[in-house]
Amino acid sequence: MIRHTVVVTAMVIGFLVGRADAASPQETIAGAARKVVKIHGAGGVRGLEAYQTGILVSPAGHIITVMSTVLDADELTCVLDDGRRYRATMLGVDPSRELAVLSIEAEELPAFTLAASDRVPAGTRIFALSNLFGVAVGDERVSAQHGVVSAIVPLEARRGSYEVPYRGDVYILDCTTNNPGSPGGAVVDWRGRLVGMLGKELRSSGSGIWLNYAIPSESLAEGYAAITSGTASSAAATPAGEPMRAGFDPATLGLVLVPDLLDRTPPFIETVAAESPAARAGLRPDDLVIAVGGRAVASRAALQQALSALAAGDVVRLSVVRSGAIVECELGPRPASGRNR
Amino acid sequence: MRQILFMRQILDQPSAARWIAAVVQACQRIGVVLVASGVMAAVAMLPVHAGDVAASVLSAQQQRIDVMRRASAAAVAIFAGEAGGGSGVLISPDGYALTNFHVVQPAGIAMKCGLADGRLYDAVLVGLDPTGDVALVKLLGRDDFPSAELADSDDVEVGDFCFAAGNPFLLATDFQPSISAGIVSGMRRYQFPAGTILEYADCLQVDAAINPGNSGGGLFDAEGRIIGVNGRASFEKRGRVNVGVGYAISANQLRHFLGLLKGGRLVDHATMGATVATSADGRVVVSDILESSDAWKRGLRYDDEIVSLAGRSVRTVNAFKNVLGTLPAGWRVPLVYRRGGRREEILVRLAGVHTAAELANIVEGKSQKPAGPPPSPPRGQDGPDQDGGHRQPGEPAQDSLPAAVRPFYEARRGFTNHHFNMLERGRVARAIAADGELTALGGRWVLAGRLATGEAFRIELSDKEGMIDLPTGATRVDATGELDLNPSPPGSGGMLAALLLWRRLVLEGPEPLGRTSYWGTVPADPVGFNEADGPRLVDMLESSVAGVEARFTVGGDGKVSGIELWTAPDADPCEVRFTFALPAQPQDLPRGMPSIIEVRHGNELFGEFRVEKAALEQSAGEVGGGVLPATETGALPGGGT
Repeated sequence: MIRHTVVVTAMVIGFLVGRADAASPQETIAGAARKVVKIHGAGGVRGLEAYQTGILVSPAGHIITVMSTVLDADELTCVLDDGRRYRATMLGVDPSRELAVLSIEAEELPAFTLAASDRVPAGTRIFALSNLFGVAVGDERVSAQHGVVSAIVPLEARRGSYEVPYRGDVYILDCTTNNPGSPGGAVVDWRGRLVGMLGKELRSSGSGIWLNYAIPSESLAEGYAAITSGTASSAAATPAGEPMRAGFDPATLGLVLVPDLLDRTPPFIETVAAESPAARAGLRPDDLVIAVGGRAVASRAALQQALSALAAGDVVRLSVVRSGAIVECELGPRPASGRNR
Repeated sequence: MRQILFMRQILDQPSAARWIAAVVQACQRIGVVLVASGVMAAVAMLPVHAGDVAASVLSAQQQRIDVMRRASAAAVAIFAGEAGGGSGVLISPDGYALTNFHVVQPAGIAMKCGLADGRLYDAVLVGLDPTGDVALVKLLGRDDFPSAELADSDDVEVGDFCFAAGNPFLLATDFQPSISAGIVSGMRRYQFPAGTILEYADCLQVDAAINPGNSGGGLFDAEGRIIGVNGRASFEKRGRVNVGVGYAISANQLRHFLGLLKGGRLVDHATMGATVATSADGRVVVSDILESSDAWKRGLRYDDEIVSLAGRSVRTVNAFKNVLGTLPAGWRVPLVYRRGGRREEILVRLAGVHTAAELANIVEGKSQKPAGPPPSPPRGQDGPDQDGGHRQPGEPAQDSLPAAVRPFYEARRGFTNHHFNMLERGRVARAIAADGELTALGGRWVLAGRLATGEAFRIELSDKEGMIDLPTGATRVDATGELDLNPSPPGSGGMLAALLLWRRLVLEGPEPLGRTSYWGTVPADPVGFNEADGPRLVDMLESSVAGVEARFTVGGDGKVSGIELWTAPDADPCEVRFTFALPAQPQDLPRGMPSIIEVRHGNELFGEFRVEKAALEQSAGEVGGGVLPATETGALPGGGT
């Protein structure tokens, strides 16, 4: 009961503190929403949305957003809060932080100031503004959600079976922001200052749950500076000495598996490239892979995931079924290259 | 364990630590030895505001608790048997409660509703709006139900505090509603229908948790007023649970439909008979239009730019659909369009999206076969908890209903519950009768005065005949025969027929008039959409009599304020509009007698009749007291035929 009282009291204080400021929550949201744009690009098929969100970071029309398949389009459209539509061009990407900067030809736009400012502490009340589910059309305002920064932790997440390259700290939010269209959305405090940007839809690599998180504005500032100065590159992303743990393609081992057509396609080997690690280990077409490093894999997707989970340099051991018998094959260390998207 | 963790949190706070230290010191001073756990237990027992919480915060908190308690009292847990259930919200002390169509659909006519007082009540279905996913039910057995008031949802802003009180996952086995709080995330959202039903137009989007079972429950503002009825959420990869994106039907849309729902109707939404699209230069233009539509007849054409509809500016296709989706079929609304730089304003009569048979089939759970897009909602957009199956009984036999509900239900095709139509018709009839002076004057009515153009007119109405004498000639209508013989305006026989029916309605009431039902509510003046508070709504009766269809608008004061008369369903009606008590007018007219009668047909004004004298006889041959003697009427301007 008292616990409940404390929670409610905290909420009330939060509201009062917000009200005591110059701007009401309503005004804060309205002001911040003017600096958020709806981005329309590629997608719309097979569960890939063709829309996301972006944040205006310069009055001259620079928009920071997350790097995603939505941006893989010949024509990118940004729709401002007032309904104005602009064709956007891609200024550049920062693969390490999975950020992109777009540019529209406009002037004197309302924009957030991107500064390598202090982080907000856990417990900070925030609003998240995003084009979730694409419900805001034209001059309709992006959606506003409320929440609290629950924790500040290094991001450990994956997308599908791929680890994400970003390894910096993120804000974990107690607000369901992990929705289609939300990536690129603005997270602001109750004074309307930019706290961070909603990242792409990711699951925790530890627990598998969908993460509600934001990339802190300091990382955005670094990424923005890197992109606009032309120094951003994927090489800069990986800290020296740490193995790349990004996505991994069995083809780098010389393995081609049967096409992944079913929910749980059995991981049969279709062909084995000559002179490849797979060929040297004695793998053959029609072998059925049943385990990686002694752990069972029931499907093609599971195999892919298990291979991705290995660090570069780890020894790859496959168990296959051939003519009713189990055969163990060792393919040597996993190559470092072979990341694909 | 949880409590220990909690206490640690408290103890970590400097102020609380100081306070505990003070307590410990005090205890030592009075020589009482307490073990640490004892202190901690004492802390746990004490309310937290023993610390540094400001009184204003505590009072704000108390206020919020009170608001939620009041809202909880008005929350309804609806049980549709094995088929599921959901939530509802009481809007009046006599037990009317709003909910979703998809919540009550599996229940049929009778259902059980639990309130926070722990009691279970019988309830009966009153009205249905399948397109808007709204249903009106009435809880039975009390006339002092706790209820909440409908707010003006146009005043709601993004960022406003809001909360839902409902029955998520049907948890409320003790009927105590669950509260989930949040903010308004978006306004004027459009959510595509599934086929042609369950369209959420101009709805509120909230981040308060809306889960299956919350459907039909109230969404409240900080003052505990209803700003919407929750009904839908965006679901995606997590299954059918809240993802911080819920949608509520706006209170203002509910207000538009409430009159029709109270009339026990099966309500339809509106179409203009035209579609709009965004042109290359970003304008909203008419992309297709039916030549049979009222909009076409009033002059709307292809490529006209839509400027505003029903008083709201239209800058996107969504905005157009948003406005249209909140309006009932049958209303007339102002439409402003632009053609070649010229701005035109017309009144458009809205048609229904469905035929009556289509609506009936939807309600009976028969497969809906829309002509339009496939009925699967777009990805990620889903009506919640429709998984209750479709055990719709259609029109149940009276005796299959619980005894408590039986007196409150009457089946009739085209109605959800005809019993309530008769209730509403009776209410309007009593208001007309109570208005007074005219109802006692059963003889010949003679009205005389001048047209706006200055020419004199004279109108006579009796049980036998209607006559209008104009400078252009006289027209007569036999009041005892069919009223559709003399076509509308030219003469104008249409006006006379309308006035004769008005006289009969006022003298005899709706029952002897003909087949008369309660239509619902309509804007008193369509132009009223432009006002800040929206249009003022008045009751409307609908009569099918002597070969014509007539609709009478009746103000809250019991005065008939207008008549529309159709001789054929597709033709334009003759419109008669009454204005009362013009300031410059001599005020010796009997109460209920208009001082101005405006008559229109289609795009034409037939005439504006300014009534200067009215001679109303008490009954045939007798001269009415207090009004002009019949002999004097011959001296009236334009008198004598």
